[in-house]
Amino acid sequence: MSKMAASSGRALKSFVQGCCGCSSVILPSIARNVILQKPAVTVLARLVCTSSTLQRKNIAAAGPEKYTQEFIKKQIEEFNIGKRHLANMMGEDPETFTQEGIDRAIAYLFPSGLFEKRARPVMKHPDEIFPKQRAVQWGEDGRPFHFLFYTGKQSYYSLMHDTFGKFLDIQKYQDSMRAEGLFSQDTKQVNLIGSRWMIKEELEEILVQPISDHDCLRFIQLLERILALPYCSIEEEYIQRFRRALEVQSKKQKIEPLQYDENEVAFSIGEGRRKTATATATVRDNGSGNITVNGVDYLLYFPVLQDREQLMFPFQFLDRLGKHDMECKVTGGGRSAQAGAIRLATARALLSFITENEVESMRQAGLLTPDPRVKERQKPGQEGARRKFTWNKR
Amino acid sequence: MAVGLLKKALPRLGLAVPAWPGVRCMTSRLYGTAAAQTQIHQPDNSVGSDKILTEPLKHPDFFRLSELFSLKDLFDARVHLGHKIGCRHRLMEQYLFGCRLEQDILDLDQTMEHLQQALNFTAHVAYRRGIILFVSRNRQFTHLIESMARDCGEYAHCRYWQGGLLTNANVQYGKGVRLPDLIVFLSTLNNVFQQHVAVRDAAKMNIPTVGIVDSNCNPSLLTYPVPGNDDSGPAVELYCKLFRMTINRAKDKRRQMEILYGLKSQND
Repeated sequence: MSKMAASSGRALKSFVQGCCGCSSVILPSIARNVILQKPAVTVLARLVCTSSTLQRKNIAAAGPEKYTQEFIKKQIEEFNIGKRHLANMMGEDPETFTQEGIDRAIAYLFPSGLFEKRARPVMKHPDEIFPKQRAVQWGEDGRPFHFLFYTGKQSYYSLMHDTFGKFLDIQKYQDSMRAEGLFSQDTKQVNLIGSRWMIKEELEEILVQPISDHDCLRFIQLLERILALPYCSIEEEYIQRFRRALEVQSKKQKIEPLQYDENEVAFSIGEGRRKTATATATVRDNGSGNITVNGVDYLLYFPVLQDREQLMFPFQFLDRLGKHDMECKVTGGGRSAQAGAIRLATARALLSFITENEVESMRQAGLLTPDPRVKERQKPGQEGARRKFTWNKR
Repeated sequence: MAVGLLKKALPRLGLAVPAWPGVRCMTSRLYGTAAAQTQIHQPDNSVGSDKILTEPLKHPDFFRLSELFSLKDLFDARVHLGHKIGCRHRLMEQYLFGCRLEQDILDLDQTMEHLQQALNFTAHVAYRRGIILFVSRNRQFTHLIESMARDCGEYAHCRYWQGGLLTNANVQYGKGVRLPDLIVFLSTLNNVFQQHVAVRDAAKMNIPTVGIVDSNCNPSLLTYPVPGNDDSGPAVELYCKLFRMTINRAKDKRRQMEILYGLKSQND
């Protein structure tokens, strides 16, 4: 017994054979349990140790997690039950408990100091949390429902197909008009002013399917081609579906209504900021161009010509140089900053006196845009905001 | 027991091994999976369903497709016109009738035979409820072919072919997708005048192919090549018309046979 090496399989086999006299052979090479004829001895089967690399699945290759219908339904039930519990906890009526109530309750019960709002605990309807899954695209017999399924991008290509169909319809109509002799170039054109083509994100929303920039571009090109035809007004409705209205920027300006003081003189107040300076300006009508800053005449307050030009600019732009009186208070900042702040305040005050087109031209001139530039902070390890310390070779 | 072992031992086979002889299962082309068989609910009488499937195979032209086209129709549709001699493919020389003023002319007699065989095969596939995919990369006829496929109830792909559509179908479409049972090429070349990737992929995935090969195409990988013009409008319209009529005929015939044998078995 001592002669045999304990680790040698063959030695083990002969040892077993010698001991028990069983006829079955345990071969160390087989990785499975072999059932013995007479299992008098404990089976000396070799253990197979598979490394974790073999067992580990390639999770990344599986794609985004898929949620089954039953799972989502269960989540919705749990959400509804949880909503009722929450309502009871907060002492409110479970029937009329809205999402705002849930948000308030969660914020109260689980206070979080995290800055990132999306990292805070949230309780929402499962439809908003779990991404929408695409329903199975084929029936029981395996046949896909859509005739362009095998292209991979069925909704996009079906849209292209339909749009091209419209193009062909317009051409056919054109041909029929030509045949009847009623063809004319000056037909009703589609109104494109004040609207823009859809962007890729909006198109993706409609198609419920990701598309590339190239695809979006091709689609827009096809629509432009349709618009180039003389009789495109036939399919105007279809084309307008893919246009979005542009917001008119000037409508966003808040124009204060004119106020009237004791002497029936119209006046308006505006506020402006530049760097650290804040200014409040009161512009009065029927004036003669007098400007007072902090109770002092503007000539004394701003000895530099550049600053006085800044004050004049809004009036000069609207050709109302000698027609208004202005009185303003300004604090903070330096010389230029105060001038800029007063300019913005005057421009805002003048909005009440002028027409919409003039408002739009003022906006385009940049009179109504607050200057966002502020002093950049100094960073550690540097002398100033950008200046580094002097570089020493040693 | 033996069948179970067979299934375990050969997991990679796409074939559906029938569990026992009585029930018919459709040998569907499922990508890579083994044990998933689409058991189509057949009527209880296996004799009737047997008849439905074996009856068409007894006749050489069960769907009478030779009435659909004649040599004169092919000639009028300019099917015999090939490309110039410089574009000629070596393997197409067998299908050429000759050459006139440096333009190759295809042999319409051979075209007739090949077209007959191809349409017959298509009809049988459609009769057995197979999925037919029409492929062409000729942008002139994209709309026509897609409309034709939609009218038949079959499928079309006349757009940019992404690499793994057939060979990587599980990742492209989702698990358990059914691949086409027949691919029909109305033009085997892509926009760069190279052979369409689908020809090679279909051969890899054991999917039979029918293809219209022009004098600059390679007919070797197609199961049923049909020498003919793939660039002229009338020619492609003729092919579309023929395929549409074949598929509709085959499907109508299938419905008729099901009613016929369904009634027969009820009477028995």
